[in-house]
Amino acid sequence: MYKYTIKRILLMFPTLLGAAVLVFFMLRLIPGDVCELRMAGTGMYVDKEAIATCQQNLGINAPIYVQFIDFITGFFTFDLGNSMWTGKPILHEIGLRFELSLQVAIMATLTATIIAIPLGTISAIKQDTWIDYIVRSFSIAGIAMPSFWLGILIILGLLIMTQKFFGNPWMPPIHYTPIWEDPVANISQLIWPAVATGYRYSAVATRMTRSALLEVLREDYVRTARAKGLLEKLIINRHALKNSLLPVATIIGLEFAFLMGGLVVTEQVFNLNGLGKLFVESVTNHDYTMTQSLVMLVAVVFILTNLFIDILYAWLDPRIRYS
Amino acid sequence: MRNTRMKTLLITAVVFAVALWSFAPAEAAPKKGGTLKFVVGSKIPSYDGHIESTFGMIHPIRPFYSLLIRVNPDNPASPTDFVCDVCEGGIPAPTEGHTKYTFKIRGDITFHNGQKLTSADVKATYDKIISPPKGIESNRKAFFSMVESVTAPDPKTLVFKLKYPTGAFVPALALPYNFIYSKADLDKHGYKWHQKNVNGTGAFRFVQHQPGAFVEGKRYDKYHHKGKPHLDGYRAISAPKMAIRLQAIRGDRAAIEFRGFPPKARDDLKKALGDKLTVQESDWNCNLMVTPNHKRKPFDDARVRRALTLAIDRWGGSKYLSRIAIVKTVGGVVFPKHPLAATKEELTKIAGYWPDINKSRAEAKRLLKEAGYPNGFEFTLHNRGVDQPYKVVGTWVIDQWRKIGLKVKQWVQPSGPFYATLRKKKNFDVSIDFNCQSVINPLVDVSKFISDDKAGNQYAQYQDRQLDKWFEEMNKEPDVKKQRAIMRKYEKRALDEMAHQFVTLWWYKINPHRSYVKGWKIAPSHYLNQHLDNVWLDQ
Amino acid sequence: MASPSDLAVSEMDFDALPERSWVDKIKDTARKKPLGAVSACAVLVMLLVAALANAITFYDPVQNAFDSMHVAPGAAHWFGTDQFGRDIFTRIVFGARTALFVGFSASILGSTAGLILGVGSAYFGGRFDLIFQRFMDIFISFPLIIMALSVVSIFGTGTQNVILAITIPLIPRCARVVRSSALAIREIPYVDAARALGFAHVRIIFRHMIPNVMAPYLIMLTSFLGQAILLEASLSYLGLGVQEPTPAWGLMLQGGAEEYAESAPWIPVFPGLAITAAVFAFNLFGDAVRDTLDPRLRSE
Repeated sequence: MYKYTIKRILLMFPTLLGAAVLVFFMLRLIPGDVCELRMAGTGMYVDKEAIATCQQNLGINAPIYVQFIDFITGFFTFDLGNSMWTGKPILHEIGLRFELSLQVAIMATLTATIIAIPLGTISAIKQDTWIDYIVRSFSIAGIAMPSFWLGILIILGLLIMTQKFFGNPWMPPIHYTPIWEDPVANISQLIWPAVATGYRYSAVATRMTRSALLEVLREDYVRTARAKGLLEKLIINRHALKNSLLPVATIIGLEFAFLMGGLVVTEQVFNLNGLGKLFVESVTNHDYTMTQSLVMLVAVVFILTNLFIDILYAWLDPRIRYS
Repeated sequence: MRNTRMKTLLITAVVFAVALWSFAPAEAAPKKGGTLKFVVGSKIPSYDGHIESTFGMIHPIRPFYSLLIRVNPDNPASPTDFVCDVCEGGIPAPTEGHTKYTFKIRGDITFHNGQKLTSADVKATYDKIISPPKGIESNRKAFFSMVESVTAPDPKTLVFKLKYPTGAFVPALALPYNFIYSKADLDKHGYKWHQKNVNGTGAFRFVQHQPGAFVEGKRYDKYHHKGKPHLDGYRAISAPKMAIRLQAIRGDRAAIEFRGFPPKARDDLKKALGDKLTVQESDWNCNLMVTPNHKRKPFDDARVRRALTLAIDRWGGSKYLSRIAIVKTVGGVVFPKHPLAATKEELTKIAGYWPDINKSRAEAKRLLKEAGYPNGFEFTLHNRGVDQPYKVVGTWVIDQWRKIGLKVKQWVQPSGPFYATLRKKKNFDVSIDFNCQSVINPLVDVSKFISDDKAGNQYAQYQDRQLDKWFEEMNKEPDVKKQRAIMRKYEKRALDEMAHQFVTLWWYKINPHRSYVKGWKIAPSHYLNQHLDNVWLDQ
Repeated sequence: MASPSDLAVSEMDFDALPERSWVDKIKDTARKKPLGAVSACAVLVMLLVAALANAITFYDPVQNAFDSMHVAPGAAHWFGTDQFGRDIFTRIVFGARTALFVGFSASILGSTAGLILGVGSAYFGGRFDLIFQRFMDIFISFPLIIMALSVVSIFGTGTQNVILAITIPLIPRCARVVRSSALAIREIPYVDAARALGFAHVRIIFRHMIPNVMAPYLIMLTSFLGQAILLEASLSYLGLGVQEPTPAWGLMLQGGAEEYAESAPWIPVFPGLAITAAVFAFNLFGDAVRDTLDPRLRSE
């Protein structure tokens, strides 16, 4: 067990290094750079000398290997440097957005869990009845519907409905207030994206709950319990549900990790100043240092989540260790 | 001491208010207080105006700073009306054969950190802009290529000495980017300090900037324009998507957006908000151009380029496109409301501006045939991945070209790669490009058309020494009438005879805002009149 | 000349399945899986619509018509028109072509590349497998949309590049699943036998391993269809996907559609519905395929 864990942890490093190499070169393949964009992107007069100076100052013209060594040493010494776009420390910039992304992810997870577990359970118990079909359709629709489209409809609906009923159009706040400063403003901004992404998320989790539960219901010990004449409710609650929760928890965990860096499109719709928006902005701004740090952050979160899940499984199921 | 100053301040304020009341009875007296919330569609790079050029920096940061002179806030629509900001009296008349400008600097101005402003600060600022030390960027040196020296003989006097007389100098001083910095800051903290820090003499002081979210400013009580600012503060909220900015105004999360909305958006807002919404509109000192790549066949052939411009129905497009896009005004190389611009009659003599589009298209087809393309040909239009107005106009010109038998595909790129293609790779057939300036300064603005080894932003890759010569002559010509005559020759050659690259339509600025926002007047550029000292809220 | 291993395979192919007509099989499946049958019909309809786009529409999907901008849905324009006066129904029908083209190309390319890489990795095993798995880890640790975003930024927008952008992140996801199935097959004696007989690696992989991992391959392929269409829509919505004037659903939701959503709600509503319906059908279809091919893989 220890050997397995240590092996897995050691394997993390080549993966991270690989991700670093990949993002580093990928970014430099994108045509254009931050200086050209800042100084020539407005259709005004362009000063070639100013662009050259800017490139010099940011080290964009430095040899590739120098830039790469800078990046790697920075990453492993936790000194991420400054954003090339704003000149501010990257940790500070990411910290600001992290708070928001984390909160949306938590709220979406709550929404999803509250919907998914009961629905998935009902669907499994009533397998192949019309209830099952409705639940499955509902959850497939959740996966099928682009969450940014749902977001557009939500904002539109809010504006139109509030104007109709209260005379004044209302829309959610467009900038973030921390929850301890003003909980009302905070919740009234973040509840909508949480619902829009939570629906998709719940759909994934509902399907997982259903199939995991179905699998367990076919296991021998459940049949035994049934044969013993235990109440169906008791069987579900005490035996089946508990044992089917592991895969459900896994998928919720994976989705959570995904949400931390993956709300790229939904954040656009709701004007959320989160990690996803920062990601899009830093890619389009050619802000190499920022994008690199973000990719590494997402990769670390993702790899750690996977590692945790794998070790958990290995611990629960000894067969996995040796395969 | 403090009491007396307060009293004087109060009295001046009252006197000023009374004066304003008596001069402008139509407008109610400005109310004090309130926080203006506005949305900004672009991102802040650094805070240093001397480097940056995006309105994403101007809108939130400009209110922290003053300029030497500025566009008249009461008459921003005029392209030639400038007034003093930190200087005193009017714009000085040049002496010594139109080559020496002597400004009187006000003595009652303090920076936000309490330090007094003198002409030495203004000189240090212009030195940084015109001749920065090595390793320091300055993006608009070229606007001041006529300046020989800047001197500050005493704390209240600033002298610009020019190499030659030119009409391009005064408008250049009014550029909204020429933030006045303190010499002490530059000496003490170096030339990069202002990229991340703010210390100005503007109407508002910097409170905080949450990157990606908003910038907050609060009123500066010792602001040198008496009685101003009216607001307690403002909040510039970042909202990159236009839909959000519109919804924000509708849902009153923001009162105004200063760049501009498409006409349909204006109509929708008006319908929803009725008289809670006021709309201001103006011509806009930006135009969208079509830039053929002269290094690629068949665009090296002037006949083909002329055919391209002849196919575009500008008069008709103005009517239809102005319903869906932020373009409207038909014009040549000069901002249409400027004295140097072509009149409508002069315009209709230029290819592509003929009143009869059928005749124009017939000529285009004839030219294509003559150039060896009787059945048209296929090419790619390179465009920027921004909806308004690039993609809308791109979609429109493709449709226009279809009508003379050209098959055009659109190749859209995000801003970064778009500029890399224009400036470095140059691997496009025909591209959309644009010319967008702040202060209307046609003598400089038309530099977009001179040879590419002289202009930093001419991407058609041609050299035309005749245009270069005329450009030079025009800039050194003090007589406006003669300037205008040269400009006509210049325009005719650039747009018609050679059709090097051509203007499609000029932009049209529409600013719908909450009616409680008062005092702000629309200017022909989204960079101008953004100091916010005259804005107040009627709430 | 038939080699011993060829015989082995052909014997496996004619395994104990009872002889039945394919019509019966379909009837049977439809009865057992009503949702699957419905989805299969929907997918068929979509393919037909895309193929017959010219025949079922009356307007040009690309041409601007400035005299009929923002027309509300009615007899002339069933789904209304957009800001260029283009008929939305027509653009949705032609957009189905784009969606299906992108969806099928990306998922077939992605899962096929994944198949080959996954099988190769399992077959060669050892150090190769270990290193290769790290590569897959790297690609998987990039969120899908972010990977796609970077690819489009590098290679530019346009239909082919969008397909590329969507394909690349799909490859490792398929490779992983295929690899784990292939690992089991590698241990089966006939592969060892083939190796011992000295057959070329390529031949063993293509003749013996790949046919036996077809089930997970097809399952991944069908489940990618919906994902690819959604990703295309997201990228186009971000302005990084298919470009004007090509009719594409995600593109139709972008820009003007959102800005004028209130006075012209038909512009964003119908393309959004089209995306949802298409992905819905493909997902249901994918579920049905999975249930039929491999009841054990009932998870995601």
